[in-house]
Amino acid sequence: MTDRALCVVRAGALTTVQDEGRPGHALLGVPRSGALDAPASRLANRLVGNPADAATLETTLNGCALRSRCAVTVAVTGAPCAVTVDGRPAAWGAPVRVPAGARLEVGPAVRGVRSYVGVAGGIAVEPVLGSRATDLLSGLGPAPLTDGTVLPLGAETGVHARVDTAPQPGPPAALVLRILPGPRADWFTPAALRTLSTRAYRVSTASNRIGLRTEGPPLERAVPGELPSEGMVLGAVQVPPDGRPVVFLADHPTTGGYPVVAVVEETDLASAAQAPPGTPLRFVPVGRRGVSGAAARPAPGPLGRLSAAPGQHSNTT
Amino acid sequence: MRTLEVGSRALLVEFDSPTEAQALHAELLRRRADGELPAVREIVPAARTVLLDGLDDPRGLAARMRSWRIPPLSTRAGDAIEIPVRYDGPDLAEVAQLWGVPVGQVPRIHSEAEFRVAFCGFAPGFGYLTGLAERYAVPRRATPRTSVPAGSVALAGSYTGVYPRSSPGGWQLIGTTQAALWDHARVPAALLSPGSRVRFVPVEGR
Repeated sequence: MTDRALCVVRAGALTTVQDEGRPGHALLGVPRSGALDAPASRLANRLVGNPADAATLETTLNGCALRSRCAVTVAVTGAPCAVTVDGRPAAWGAPVRVPAGARLEVGPAVRGVRSYVGVAGGIAVEPVLGSRATDLLSGLGPAPLTDGTVLPLGAETGVHARVDTAPQPGPPAALVLRILPGPRADWFTPAALRTLSTRAYRVSTASNRIGLRTEGPPLERAVPGELPSEGMVLGAVQVPPDGRPVVFLADHPTTGGYPVVAVVEETDLASAAQAPPGTPLRFVPVGRRGVSGAAARPAPGPLGRLSAAPGQHSNTT
Repeated sequence: MRTLEVGSRALLVEFDSPTEAQALHAELLRRRADGELPAVREIVPAARTVLLDGLDDPRGLAARMRSWRIPPLSTRAGDAIEIPVRYDGPDLAEVAQLWGVPVGQVPRIHSEAEFRVAFCGFAPGFGYLTGLAERYAVPRRATPRTSVPAGSVALAGSYTGVYPRSSPGGWQLIGTTQAALWDHARVPAALLSPGSRVRFVPVEGR
């Protein structure tokens, strides 16, 4: 009875294998990738007794269905959804025992976008550069699941958590993304910086694992022309020629040539991953923390330090 | 050297010239190997910048960096990686016209240049290679191709690049190579990394 594997019965709109991603390879053009709602993926692992970095499944909007070839413990976290085992209701956000041959149905997201399926032992596909994550931008890692895919499972290493349910933040009805200064804030007009921090945006349907695209007032550039390619961080708010901010998520390109006006706090990106298209969105400037021991400060201007762009720069040589 | 803050955990160091950025990148790698650099998750060189991401105190590092003496880039460090090329790209004639030379001169000019990987990006294993003189800079194609075959040797601006896998692209295609630019079963997976020296060697036939 060594057939530890899951068969994909219904792959869903987009279900991928995810873990903590591939940090450290950006200089080779390799995106970080990894679960978009990292806390939800880690919780799913904790509930089934896996290490935090074990590979889980990330579904998109309409869940997935799996048939297990062995008896296994699973936990579904992230976007709330109906969970059934052979048609019988089971718990969301808690460990669930799935008998060998049973069908686990992860239903459509009731709210939010992405649910995570943690499986005891973890999804044991072949790692690439130390990670099993599917990277949609560069095509690294396993392809998105299709019906009939067989996913090998690792050996169970831990004991599943003894909980009935685990508290999780609900998906955002309105998304608030805290922003810090980006390197090219001074490429935008003061009016554009005010627009970014005061006006309402919406999450665009064009959003994906690469970026959260927005609809709303365009940001006007103060500096025309092309920016030579430069390194991009997770959470960078890049502004393409149409002026609509794009927030870079896990599969973002490692370098880019459009100016970055701001950077979203990394802890806010999980809620960005759970905001469906149409969700109202605001960018809120916050004081800088953890830099040279400086404590959080209220922002002095409409954009805080963003509006003080020249002050960010230190000319030396 | 100009330092720009990128959120609370990263620093972008900007220079006027690509060579200065490459020299800082080499110095950062040396300091990291010697344990003289604070913990950093990513060091990403680019056209005129180096990004340091995942720092605890970017502002403190920026302040200390200003007192560094950065040695100029060594031109003869390490052996050059040789990439065999068949100069048979569909844009060869257009590039020759842009350069104002006969088509037959393009392979000679290109293969006589000494290249260096300034930075990577676009796709895993795609390097932006500098080394062609500025007068050989060419514009990107007005309409990008929807599919550029893997192994295509291409020009844009004064950069040369080799497509590691088939993808859309707007660079001018001058040749093809059988070299595996990216193979994740190989260590290292990328044939080229920032700082690598490269020569293109013309080959005949298939």
